[in-house]
Amino acid sequence: MVRIDKHPVLEFKRGKKIRFTFDGKELEGYEGESIAAALHAAGIKVLTHSHELKRPRGFYCAIGNCGQCIMEVNGVSNVRTCIEPLKEGMAVKTQEGKGGIL
Amino acid sequence: MKQVEILVVGGGPAGLCAAINAAQAGAKVLILERDEKLGGQLIKQTHMFFGSEKQHASVRGIDIARILLDRIHELENIEILVNATVLAIYDDGVVNGEIDGKYVKIKPQKIIVSTGASEKTLAFPNNDLPGIYGAGAVQTLMNVYGVKPGNSVLMLGAGNIGLIVSYQLMQAGVKVKAILDAAPKIGGYLVHASKVRRMGVPIYTGYTVKEAHGNDSLERVTIVELDENWNQVDGTEMDFDVDVLCISVGLSPLGELLWQAGCEMKYVGQLGGFVPVRTEMLETTVEGIFIAGDVCGVEEATSAMVEGYLAGLAAAESLGYEMENLEERRKDYLNQLESLRSGHMGDSIRLGLDKVTVRSEVVKT
Ligand SMILES: Cc1cc2nc3c(=O)[nH]c(=O)nc-3n(C[C@H](O)[C@H](O)[C@H](O)COP(=O)(O)OP(=O)(O)OC[C@H]3O[C@@H](n4cnc5c(N)ncnc54)[C@H](O)[C@@H]3O)c2cc1C
Ligand code: FES
Repeated sequence: MVRIDKHPVLEFKRGKKIRFTFDGKELEGYEGESIAAALHAAGIKVLTHSHELKRPRGFYCAIGNCGQCIMEVNGVSNVRTCIEPLKEGMAVKTQEGKGGIL
Repeated sequence: MKQVEILVVGGGPAGLCAAINAAQAGAKVLILERDEKLGGQLIKQTHMFFGSEKQHASVRGIDIARILLDRIHELENIEILVNATVLAIYDDGVVNGEIDGKYVKIKPQKIIVSTGASEKTLAFPNNDLPGIYGAGAVQTLMNVYGVKPGNSVLMLGAGNIGLIVSYQLMQAGVKVKAILDAAPKIGGYLVHASKVRRMGVPIYTGYTVKEAHGNDSLERVTIVELDENWNQVDGTEMDFDVDVLCISVGLSPLGELLWQAGCEMKYVGQLGGFVPVRTEMLETTVEGIFIAGDVCGVEEATSAMVEGYLAGLAAAESLGYEMENLEERRKDYLNQLESLRSGHMGDSIRLGLDKVTVRSEVVKT
């Protein structure tokens, strides 16, 4: 199991169970957790690809510092998914290229 | 434009303590924190802290955060905004940020920057594979969101953070195959090292990562021994089948806002990278911009808290607020810092601080 259920010190108060999509595929996660955490729990580690060599990239810092985890969320590109809270019905996509400005 | 007396950028232990002292002196304080929660790194720490009795030694990091937050919530003149990232500090003192997705301008009279630090990485072939994560990231994932980073982990770095995160991984039910460090000796406290060793985790000193392997994500890591000149020794390679490589090779201060504000910065290896030149009272070379915590030099939470208290006093004093026993309190904080940095473990911190601290004649400890 990827989710930790029993922990000797911590108790996890998770939000409501909700649905969202990743590249069109329907997934479940908990409201309020980071998008990257929900994807990781669903077994998805590759969040984006490097621009030039198209190498797979996952998150690195998980606190919004490094920019390794950017994806397209509800049509907005370059969202740092490690700090963006998950919401019901979000459409999360692997971003192609550098992304546009709204 | 929003007007405030004191703006605190970053609500980790340093920022919270700064806000407490400034608000107690009577100043109106605004804390902007980019995360959803206040507490900074503390909210990920399930272990009991070292440090001084006065600053909550032997209390778990998560509980220290709670104690500080209770005090913050008692003070009416502190306003807190979360999901609020400070983006810039301009020459004319205007600060702008993104608060809940909106662009906001603020005009503070004084600013305390307590943005903490960010994780370093290391160069080796395929170091960008998914599954190679910073130690702080692994902590966030498992201790904040309750998600395991993977099934088996190799930890790079045997400093306190590497040792503690290894222990926390095992607490969460994840296998830690080994810990390695390029240095010839374990950098962290012996108690932490013995604890993970007792749990069956080998620690390889004098080793580094030669290469990571995997297609879409990490599958295997090759490590190699280093000779006394830090050259790789052929034939000493060892392979580990792991899906996570956790990198814990130190932090570097998050000083971008200070650079932009025009503060004089200096590279000081002992403090983790570029840090601002400051007075003992933690004012930078730009009048009215104060600093506290890891952004001044990477140390630990205890010193971050004491620095926060000091910076809070200094910022409130510079606004003209009068405080009882100001000099005594100041001396007490300075003494606490001195004792935290005393002894062998504090050698390099003291050396580093000497390079960037402009000492005033007014306060002598
Ligand atoms: C695994 C681990 C174990 C540790 N164990 C110990 C221990 O046993 N004892 C000990 O004393 N210390 C320990 N520490 C160290 C301690 O946690 C840090 O030194 C301390 O948290 C530094 O405090 P800070 O307030 O400077 O920074 P942080 O705690 O990092 O807080 C900075 C805050 O600023 C926010 N921020 C950053 N940029 C912006 C911006 N632009 N706008 C708005 N907000 C922003 C961040 O989101 C964060 O909340 C440990 C650290 C780690 C990672
Ligand atoms: S992982 Fe570093 S910004 Fe998201």
